[in-house]
Amino acid sequence: MTPPDAERLLAALAEQIRRDLKPETAIVGIYTGGVWLAQRLHEMFGLATPMGTIDVAFYRDDYRKTGLRTGVKPSDIPFPVEDAEIILVDDVLYTGRTIRAAMNEIFDYGRPRSIRLAALVDRGGRQLPICPQYVGAQVQVEGDELIELQRDESGRLVLRVTRRGE
Amino acid sequence: MAFNPQIGTDGKLKHLLTIEGLPMEVLLHVLDTAKSFMSVTAQEVKKVPLLRGKAIFNLFFEPSTRTRTTFEIAAKRLSADVVNLNIATSSQTKGETLLDTVANLTAMHADMFIVRHSQSGAAHLIARHVGPGIHVINAGDGRHAHPTQALLDMFTIRHYKGGFNRLRVAIVGDILHSRVARSEIHALTTLGVPEVRVIGPRTLLPRQVEKLGVQVYHDMAVGLEDVDVIIMLRLQQERMSGALLPSAGEFFKSYGLTPEKLARARADAIVMHPGPMNRGIEIDSAVADGRQSVILPQVTFGIAVRMAVMSILAGN
Repeated sequence: MTPPDAERLLAALAEQIRRDLKPETAIVGIYTGGVWLAQRLHEMFGLATPMGTIDVAFYRDDYRKTGLRTGVKPSDIPFPVEDAEIILVDDVLYTGRTIRAAMNEIFDYGRPRSIRLAALVDRGGRQLPICPQYVGAQVQVEGDELIELQRDESGRLVLRVTRRGE
Repeated sequence: MAFNPQIGTDGKLKHLLTIEGLPMEVLLHVLDTAKSFMSVTAQEVKKVPLLRGKAIFNLFFEPSTRTRTTFEIAAKRLSADVVNLNIATSSQTKGETLLDTVANLTAMHADMFIVRHSQSGAAHLIARHVGPGIHVINAGDGRHAHPTQALLDMFTIRHYKGGFNRLRVAIVGDILHSRVARSEIHALTTLGVPEVRVIGPRTLLPRQVEKLGVQVYHDMAVGLEDVDVIIMLRLQQERMSGALLPSAGEFFKSYGLTPEKLARARADAIVMHPGPMNRGIEIDSAVADGRQSVILPQVTFGIAVRMAVMSILAGN
């Protein structure tokens, strides 16, 4: 498939989120693509609450199968999570397992008032009861295809589709 | 080393027994992972679920407070179940062999052993005999190795100095009896530190220590000239047999780190010590408590580094 234009999807996603924004809304991005998106959204909205970042490696449910990968990034939630209204941002929503891991990690920082989920693309295939509130686009991707967000040198976001093993 | 039981046939780290022979990528993987574990301290619940349901046995055949405690805290922060064995009151004193003790604990579904022993090679021996899926970490064996101490010291150096490529590092004191020194020398040279110096009296330096790629100094004032990192070692009086030293007072005069000797190093040099410290024997209190001392941060970093080692091993 030809992937949609990531920059256009980001603009659409931002419009949806903007309607629900409050001055105290906090944004948390999931590494790596979700952090790029969260940075752009945080800047666009000019939010007062500093942005959070999460690497879910320590909360993943496949650790026993795959072990710990290299290049785990430190998570950083620089605001009080207790009673916060959080928008969690990821690039590609698929099985929902990453979101489950991210929510568990957030709850180890405190009890937020709410968490809403924003995904640039939703490729379906959910294995858990996870439902996003904001989606840039729904895409049809074959089971053996991988869709991922990349960032070029100028900072422009691009979606790429590859076959597994390529 | 003919047989290296640390690395499995798939090339992954199964046990951590010694730094010797480990590639730089493995050391960096531990240091990078430890850095990410530092942020767990910022959580309200200072735990991650990685090792839920795993049983980790602390087997300390030699006394230790800091190492055993930081391993225990690290295991608990990974959500593992930790069992501390008080060996002095255990079956070993009733004549059970080391391998029988381990076999019995394995029958209790142990997933990992943290081993400290006064005999060099004890952790190796256990690693050779445990079944697949069981991991062994050497927490100090005789004079041989103390790999997690070396790794936490490398983490400390990277934290304060940013990297390894331009550093001059001095290890001072009782090198002969020090498993810490041996592991540190291997770690420093593997990570690309261009100049590693060892400073001590002839009687407390291993023969042919320069073959490990270090420069030898007997005059501490000369050896500390322009160094970036000073690692002080504990004078291990309990491991000494015969008269290797005139007296502790004489040792302090020549090899104790005082503010005057510290002034020979670079102004931004850091002072490290693996603990426990003998104040007034190898280090002056003014230095141990001074602004260049990073001895207490070393202890804190030790938790994150041990979390990294345990979670990497248990996942392999």
